[in-house]
Amino acid sequence: MTDLLNLAGDFPLLDRTVRGGKPLVYLDTGATSQKPAAVLEAERAFNSRHNAAVHRGAHQIAEEATEAYEGARAGVAQFVGADFGEIIWTKNATEGLNLVAYSFLNATLGRGGAEAERFRLNAGDEIVVTELEHHANLVPWQELAAKTGAVLRWIPVTPDGRLDLEQLDVISERTRVVAFTHASNVTGAITDTAPIVARAQEVGAYTVLDACQSAAHLPVNFAELGVDFAAFSGHKMLAPTGVGVLYGRRELLEAMPPVLTGGSMVEIVTMESTTFMPPPQRFEAGTQMVAQTVGMHAAVDYLTGIGMDKLAAHEDQLAGELLAGIAEVPGVRVLGPSSTQDRLAVVAFDVPGVHPHDVGQVLDDQGIAVRVGHHCAQPVHRAFGVHASTRASAGVYTSSSDIQAFIAGLHQVVKFFG
Amino acid sequence: MEQLYQQVILDHSRQRSGEGELQAPDGESFQVNPTCGDECTVQVTLAEGAIDSLAWTGKGCSISQASLSLMYEMVHGQPVAEAEQLGETFRELIHNRGQELDEEKMDLLDDLGAFTGVGRYSARVKCALLGWMALRGALAQAQPTQA
Repeated sequence: MTDLLNLAGDFPLLDRTVRGGKPLVYLDTGATSQKPAAVLEAERAFNSRHNAAVHRGAHQIAEEATEAYEGARAGVAQFVGADFGEIIWTKNATEGLNLVAYSFLNATLGRGGAEAERFRLNAGDEIVVTELEHHANLVPWQELAAKTGAVLRWIPVTPDGRLDLEQLDVISERTRVVAFTHASNVTGAITDTAPIVARAQEVGAYTVLDACQSAAHLPVNFAELGVDFAAFSGHKMLAPTGVGVLYGRRELLEAMPPVLTGGSMVEIVTMESTTFMPPPQRFEAGTQMVAQTVGMHAAVDYLTGIGMDKLAAHEDQLAGELLAGIAEVPGVRVLGPSSTQDRLAVVAFDVPGVHPHDVGQVLDDQGIAVRVGHHCAQPVHRAFGVHASTRASAGVYTSSSDIQAFIAGLHQVVKFFG
Repeated sequence: MEQLYQQVILDHSRQRSGEGELQAPDGESFQVNPTCGDECTVQVTLAEGAIDSLAWTGKGCSISQASLSLMYEMVHGQPVAEAEQLGETFRELIHNRGQELDEEKMDLLDDLGAFTGVGRYSARVKCALLGWMALRGALAQAQPTQA
């Protein structure tokens, strides 16, 4: 099969060998992506020519650093259909999701004044999550419920690994928050967000979208999706580690109390009290990961240069090859949709009688890197009746020959342990 | 691959010894490997300073299951002190980056020497040691604290 994209040459790490000279076949992009030379170079150039503290200092380099930092915000905002002031830098998506939960907790404790009252949670209020969530979009809501007396409820998963949209009556008049994934990091299923957003809006609940897997692989526009909040990580979308984004509708961010407090986010500080800056600075206390934001800017420019539609088509083809190849390996069960319809090239599977660690070990011996374990999503594994799985996930640089090598490796696994 | 998955390990991962539960254990310990969710419980009863009976339940990879199975065969009926010494020696082997220990220790380890290759793969160290951590916990619980 001819690849729609042939970009592996842009990624220096993909050139290396592993386990005694075997060429690397990297199929663990769902965990973290490799970085193109353009991203590595952007970070290096910032650190070697423009590094200074942002939003302070009147010297030239400080101005350059501030422009690079805020320019990255503008670039990422455009990439996801947001306004400049709706993009908050975080360390990663986990921090972004926790930021929303902790801000709501602070509002519940009375912080943020009258305008933050809308975020208060009371005993008997409900928070709705889903069985498909990564722990990052589940545990913070369990914690918020435990601290406020709110009740946690969830949308179940269907046998083919999608959210069960027949069960949306879980969202009720008591629901205050609906937190759900845009695309599962286990089943690869892409969520039909419209009915969930519509139902949440009908009852006046805030929507929080985990866009970690989608932002790197699909065209994403948060304004069009109509969600209130969304979080994603740089490192899953060709950018460095240590940088992520929380998107929030401006009107909400303006009313929310801060979470981390200290330098860079204040107006007037007296010994008794403090006033806070407007968003996004209100949520960016302390010195930020400036070089990483510059790397993330380069990453979204790189992705935009390819075209997210073209990238999605490329990965759709790879998903088809993955599913077709796995289907020919005797006994292997895919945990997720068996067609490429509304599905990412993220395929978790179970080899009956062979533990995922053992599957991964035999693949690794052939130079093939996959993820093994529960992928930070234990409940969805439980729903499938397994406690762990093996997962192959593709990215912009993945080729058909990578998929072929993986399928051949999987046949080896079955032979070795058969 | 054959170096890691020695025949002894593959055999024990399929035909496991000692799986089960005890009615009234003197000590038991539950251990979990957070990276994969693998878990095991080891139960013991003691009599006259020896492990009178031992049983384990668990789910996990071939390395962890074979390690539990071999552990059962080698320590049940043995004096507690000897079982603990074997456990310490096994831990030393698994942390030895794939190299064998001295001849005396390899003799002591006997079939457990098949796990030597596991030490080359840092991600698998916990798999091999999970059951032995549970054994240590169960023995500690079973023995009255020495004042």
